[in-house]
Amino acid sequence: MATILTPEEKEANALHPDLLLVEKVKAGDLSAFEQLMRQYDRQIFRIALHITQNREDAEDIVQDTFFKAFQKVHQFQGNSKFYTWLVRIAVNESLMRLRKRRSQKTVSMDDEIQTEEGSIPRDFADWMPNPEQNYNQAELADILRKTIKGLPPGFRTVFALRDIDGLSTEETAQALGLSVPAVKSRLLRARLQLRERLSRYFRVPTGEHAS
Amino acid sequence: MNCTEFLANLTDYFDAKTATALRTELEQHMAGCSHCHVTVDTTRQTIEVYRNDELFELPESIRTQLHQAVLTKCENLKRKKEPKS
Repeated sequence: MATILTPEEKEANALHPDLLLVEKVKAGDLSAFEQLMRQYDRQIFRIALHITQNREDAEDIVQDTFFKAFQKVHQFQGNSKFYTWLVRIAVNESLMRLRKRRSQKTVSMDDEIQTEEGSIPRDFADWMPNPEQNYNQAELADILRKTIKGLPPGFRTVFALRDIDGLSTEETAQALGLSVPAVKSRLLRARLQLRERLSRYFRVPTGEHAS
Repeated sequence: MNCTEFLANLTDYFDAKTATALRTELEQHMAGCSHCHVTVDTTRQTIEVYRNDELFELPESIRTQLHQAVLTKCENLKRKKEPKS
């Protein structure tokens, strides 16, 4: 997607050390490519896992994303950050995997987002102080995984990129090929739905213990 | 401001992207509305708990395997593209 950059963004991009590595990769330097891989593989893995919810798929996606990036590196024109470009490849690969796994059912960023579920808060109970401390590490991980898995892929992708990976709203929009208002609306609903679902575990118990 | 209007501005509020006047208005609404106050507080905790948890770590041994596999493929591709002497 072609993007018009502000002068500040152009300057930031021009100085970004990734660009130097990308130029080396374009000239066939595999060690520069390995450096980029070491820099971003963990984030790409996390994003892929958040979308697919399957560890093996996520490992394959890391491989496919980086190999595709290497194959297409000449198409990278520096109009966005290299990382955002990489994320876009990873998101497409992840959605493709989901599609394959669900065979007939189409999966896209628009999947299941028509539902109004979770767009209006219903649970107004306060949470316990430091609620995550009421669970051991494994229990907490299980709760968080189960909870995010319940969101439609289009929502959890936006949440993972924006809130976990720390991309800006504009970068998230760019990586997903969505408009900024669409990202904001999905993010709000993702956050509210997660909050609602976590509230079952974290709310102040009424009369009895929550856990 | 009512609760619906408050919610419509919640994403910008979290991202500190609201103008000062609107921010004051949002905070005034929150001060008088326990539902919106709880929603903001627990949504913030939701984001934090996910951000802090290292749910999905990639073990070092798997990283090395993945790098090797990708580099081998890249090497093969490079070789195919090189003109034969």
